[in-house]
Amino acid sequence: MTKNLKARTIVIIATILVCVYGIVDIPKSKADLVQNFKNNIRLGLDLKGGSHLILQVQVQDAVKADADQTMDRLKEDLRKQNINWVSMDRTEPQDIKDADKVEITIKGVPATQTSAFRSLINERYTTYVLTVVNSTDYSMRLKPSDLNDLKVDTVKRAIDTIGNRIDQLGLAEKVVQQYGQAGADYEILVQLPGVDDPARVKDLIGTAAVLEITDVKDGPFPTREAGLAQHGGVLPLNTKMVRMLPRAGSEGESWYLVGKSPVISGRDMRNARPGQDEYRKWETSFNLSQDGGKRFARYTEANIGNRLAVVLDDKVVSVATIQSKIEDSGRITGLGSEDESVDLSRYLRSGSLPAGVKYMEERSIGPSLGADSIHEGMMAGLAGLVAVITVMLVYYKRSGVNAVLALVLNTVVLLAAISYFHAVLTLPGIAGVILTIGMAVDSNVLIFERIREELRSGKGVVAAVDNGFNKAWWTIVDTHVTTVVSCAFLFLFGEGPVKGFAVTLTIGLIANVFTAVFVSQTIFAYELSGRRQMQALSI
Amino acid sequence: MELFKNTNYDFLGKKWPFIIASLVLTVAGLGSIAIKGGLKYGIDFKGGADMTVKFAYEPPLDKIRSAMQSSKQIKGDVSVENFTGATAQNEVEIGTELTEETQLNVNRQAMQDVLTATFGQPGSGKLDFNNTSQEALAVRLRDALARGGVPMSDQQLQKLTADLLDYTNTRYSGLITDFNQLASAPGMNSGIMNTLKQECYLAPFHIVQVQMVGPKVGAELRNKAVLATLYALAGMLAYIAFRFEWIYGLGAVIACFHDTIITIGLFSIFNEEISMTVIAALLTLVGYSMNDTIVIFDRIRENLKTSRREPLEAVMNRAVNQTLSRTVMTSGLTFLTVIALFIWGGPVLHAFSFALVCGILVGTYSSVFVASPIVLFWHNYTDKGSKGPRAPVLATAPRADAVRKSPTKAAK
Repeated sequence: MTKNLKARTIVIIATILVCVYGIVDIPKSKADLVQNFKNNIRLGLDLKGGSHLILQVQVQDAVKADADQTMDRLKEDLRKQNINWVSMDRTEPQDIKDADKVEITIKGVPATQTSAFRSLINERYTTYVLTVVNSTDYSMRLKPSDLNDLKVDTVKRAIDTIGNRIDQLGLAEKVVQQYGQAGADYEILVQLPGVDDPARVKDLIGTAAVLEITDVKDGPFPTREAGLAQHGGVLPLNTKMVRMLPRAGSEGESWYLVGKSPVISGRDMRNARPGQDEYRKWETSFNLSQDGGKRFARYTEANIGNRLAVVLDDKVVSVATIQSKIEDSGRITGLGSEDESVDLSRYLRSGSLPAGVKYMEERSIGPSLGADSIHEGMMAGLAGLVAVITVMLVYYKRSGVNAVLALVLNTVVLLAAISYFHAVLTLPGIAGVILTIGMAVDSNVLIFERIREELRSGKGVVAAVDNGFNKAWWTIVDTHVTTVVSCAFLFLFGEGPVKGFAVTLTIGLIANVFTAVFVSQTIFAYELSGRRQMQALSI
Repeated sequence: MELFKNTNYDFLGKKWPFIIASLVLTVAGLGSIAIKGGLKYGIDFKGGADMTVKFAYEPPLDKIRSAMQSSKQIKGDVSVENFTGATAQNEVEIGTELTEETQLNVNRQAMQDVLTATFGQPGSGKLDFNNTSQEALAVRLRDALARGGVPMSDQQLQKLTADLLDYTNTRYSGLITDFNQLASAPGMNSGIMNTLKQECYLAPFHIVQVQMVGPKVGAELRNKAVLATLYALAGMLAYIAFRFEWIYGLGAVIACFHDTIITIGLFSIFNEEISMTVIAALLTLVGYSMNDTIVIFDRIRENLKTSRREPLEAVMNRAVNQTLSRTVMTSGLTFLTVIALFIWGGPVLHAFSFALVCGILVGTYSSVFVASPIVLFWHNYTDKGSKGPRAPVLATAPRADAVRKSPTKAAK
């Protein structure tokens, strides 16, 4: 019995040391103690303050862009193979639900060239499914698996891009990750502790998506009507009229006639930076992808002297003249001020998001609320603890001390587990700790009441204590398992703060099985070990 | 000290008054929900934009409400309420509707603009110190400090602004009414103080928290909450059916369901908001109520082994009396901790602790007066045709002090 007791004591003391180390490391001073504590116990957003955003990636933009590129390639291919066609167009998705319905229609392929057309599609457009509408018309849609891949890839790229941009804030802790199911929700979670001004973050992330660099056919015109009048009142084929916003300080807007299909789209844009050229004038430099670079090189080589417009969400941001052949890195020079250069680089970068983002949820918590909450949570915890300890001591006398020790150890183990698992402590999490105190005491109450019953029925002290623990064991297991089951579902379905609550309560209960049974039993064993025949137990 | 030594109350004999009380409470709760047209959902479930603002004086609710409603950019209903909770002072909660996600961006800025226009000094050209971020403050002070003869390196400036805002947040909950309150902030001196007074003003309010939930997310969260509750109940039914008999499982689940409905009814009667954290509290209650019920069932099972001739009602009564001491102690102690949360836990946890307070009271009572009678009714009903009182033998799970090869099946 003594050997067993020694082994148990060593286990308990080792546990205490490991836990204390986990919470406060090895502090060299009181200030150190507090600092280590703060470092080890990570606080959730609701306690530290910060921003929480959920964005939905508008994957239909990516599907649309893919369709645009495919149409370009197809036109080129049809020309090379001398296959005639009358018109080609695609549907316009309005919403994320329409992403699956994007369709390219080709009309007017002569019946004689049907087989040539079909074999072309089969060979070179393997990701698309060709449907015959009638003898001369066809429609194409992405295959379901390819469509899904595109959507999932779009979300991944969006996460990367957004993560990169937020890096500019220089935050130590940030969370940018997929939210919900990959193939179904297309949502991204962004959590930024300490940033209580989400406006700036949203600026950085950007919401606009449709970036196009298109060729300028004509302009500027003071109004849309004036521009149309120049062309006989009707838009020429494959063009559109877009507005340019007035720059700060200048009056009125301008309209430009630009090509409908862009030369470069947001997908090709890799990065953009503001800077100054050799004459200290402001410019914006940009990088394109390899593929985009090749296309851009072909285009710029053939169009020196013509103008290009940077169009963001159907509004012209900047118009520039092509000076020379540009491959994958170029500059837009002649900008008026630093602001213009910074803004333009932001627009270009914003366009390099593969698709637009819509904000679904936004929470920002000022740090003052967090500080208040911590203070209140701790007050409540302390009050609850004091009440419980008092009642236990009064009701169970010296055995109450046993219970109190187990309870304190339970809380220590709980905090240490939070520290070691890098779990995040939220306000409901603090409530979970407080609730653990109440429920942990239950285990001791179960055991003690059983011991009292055994004593009343006339058993000796040692037998009573043993029976008490044995008979109460399965009840303790049952009660803890059921609460852990409900916590498991809370963890699965809940988010953020609620998850924190489920985690702290579960850890607290598991720790409780150890403290209320193993530790309490050891303490009782100590009490009983010295004396041969204990007549009465203070309980 | 021992409160309940060898008690012998006839709990199960006197079950009817309590069952009636249960029904009355349930009906009252459901009636309140029906009259008020549904539950009061928090922003988590209903979607919308919620702003918590702390004022330096008693907030004028009507003025805020009419200012918000007359803004053209804010569409839909506007609700302005005092923020409940013991330690909240002069705090209001402003809620606006969000019918679609695109409004999310617009609403937040609009609400802030309305507050600034109504209570602040938007035209003064100064920065509102009570509602600014560390970056904005640094940008604002950079040149002014240099002009005022207090040049600083960029790093020093960042640290100063962070310290000032931190000081305001921890000492004054983010809202100061006079710049002199910052006199003892770290890094403060007269040059900085003067620059501050020149460049900034103090609006009489401080935006503490903003929450915007798009309607899609709101609907999703509602679904998740319901699913979580149903799955949890199913999980427990399975576990108890495995450890005892299925009717015990059913009795326990009905008791938990009864607790949940009454608690939600009380929420409706007292006009409290239901948010995701409240669902967390409800699920905890379900777990807790199960605890109580299991302890009693465990005792019943133990007693049934030794008393084969006694009628089930007498055995159950004995079990309840034997566990009475433990039940009262545990409920009492958990209740103490929860009341501490309710009184001192602050406004954010208010609804959460309210749910726990109600739930613990109802949960304890339901284990005795709902769960056990259900089992009793069932057994009496199925025993009607048989000869005399039989001993219901339960499927037993392994126990620490006995070794069994296979569980004995329940015989009816």
